[in-house]
Amino acid sequence: MEPPFVRRHHWIVRLTHWTTVIVLAGMIASGLQIYEAYAKFGNRGGPYFVSPFDGAQFPHWSRLGGWLAGALNWHFALAWPLTTFGLLYLGYLVQSGEWRALLFRPRDVPGTLEMAKYYLHLRKDHPPQGKHNPLQKLAYTGVIVLGALAVLTGFAIYKPTQLSWLTALFGGFQAARYWHFWIVWMFVGFTIMHVILVFAVDPASLRAMLTGLYRGRFPSHD
Amino acid sequence: MTDAKPQGIDRRAFVTLGVGSGAAALLAACGWDGGRLLRPGLLDIGRVNDWVGEKILFSPTRLARTYSTAERSAMLPSYFISTMTPMLDDPAAWRLRVDGLVAHPFDLSLDDLMRMPRQSYTVKHHCVEGWSAIATWHGVPVSAIAERCRPLKAARYINFVSFDADYSNGWDMASAMHPQTILAYGMNDNPLPAAHGAPLRLYSPTKLGYKLTKYLVSMTFTDTRPGGYWEDQGYPWFGGI
Repeated sequence: MEPPFVRRHHWIVRLTHWTTVIVLAGMIASGLQIYEAYAKFGNRGGPYFVSPFDGAQFPHWSRLGGWLAGALNWHFALAWPLTTFGLLYLGYLVQSGEWRALLFRPRDVPGTLEMAKYYLHLRKDHPPQGKHNPLQKLAYTGVIVLGALAVLTGFAIYKPTQLSWLTALFGGFQAARYWHFWIVWMFVGFTIMHVILVFAVDPASLRAMLTGLYRGRFPSHD
Repeated sequence: MTDAKPQGIDRRAFVTLGVGSGAAALLAACGWDGGRLLRPGLLDIGRVNDWVGEKILFSPTRLARTYSTAERSAMLPSYFISTMTPMLDDPAAWRLRVDGLVAHPFDLSLDDLMRMPRQSYTVKHHCVEGWSAIATWHGVPVSAIAERCRPLKAARYINFVSFDADYSNGWDMASAMHPQTILAYGMNDNPLPAAHGAPLRLYSPTKLGYKLTKYLVSMTFTDTRPGGYWEDQGYPWFGGI
């Protein structure tokens, strides 16, 4: 007898999840095209920030826009759905109270270590968990912070004179560019881990993110 | 929690996802600027972003941060459209033409401009490409020119025209009247070099570099929005920072 389906993800969560996948892919691809126009960080004449991608050109397939102006138009157009869906998602988390199951708090620290042990094969059994385990909470809270930082550093680069306070907060125009660029690789790293873990640990969660219904290893809901 | 039978929905959702991410991958794959289908839409959104930049984010009074001359960058790249550095055959004959929707159109020589109120500042230059550099600029506020030529009420834009090929830039009036928007005849305590737009260029720390017309010959007040060299090819028209 298979266990019954449980309702897991509200349509707002599913909608914002998948639109963000597509929009963020477009943001990153147009961003890589923009990066090509000046592939280093620091005022002309230096000093320059240390970056392994200095002078790098990313492969043609990874870039969107064709040239700088085309990429800028994509980037500034996609920024609208990115922030809109981001705010819609955050609004839903707050309104529904689901943030409680997602937000990483200090009390999650011991559970995080147990989960880490499990993944490092230092512990055999999967620790008991609710909707999300503490390591997931850490990752999902982190990626929301990352999203907010991506938008804020973006505005800091977009309007360094009008929003000079924001630009200064990130250490100036070139520093804000630097962080905006690194956030991309953190997103990429998160996404790779996220997809691997979905398939390796809980494939049923993919169906849940598509249909909203979950039937898998971790049915409890908190 | 509720029971349900998700079979059909499941497959449909999977197909939707596949098509969606396939399309996204495809656009990324061809360095696409949107083509005939999407590029006009992207440019329309660009106009919305221009409006937000001009009407919401731009402040006519907020001043850009200034730096000390010791903080100047060792170099500041220069660009022009012509194949060689644009130069005047007879610099003494050069005049700036101020005309269009104004009460008093006139021509100004470089000496005339240097006798007008002088402003100097050391600011950070931001290029649309992503580089930045600090330099000092010396010149006459555009607002001082406007005081003398007295624009008519109908004038909402200024078209700045150069002798560098067909380079020009259309500006909104508020950005042009910003206290740090100047017609610069000097750079880093020296006369403006040929590479940076001699004898006269537009400068403002509220705009990206491509909006700062070099090799000026005229500024025309108008009621219709003038385009510009890069703006007509798809770069944001407002270009404010």
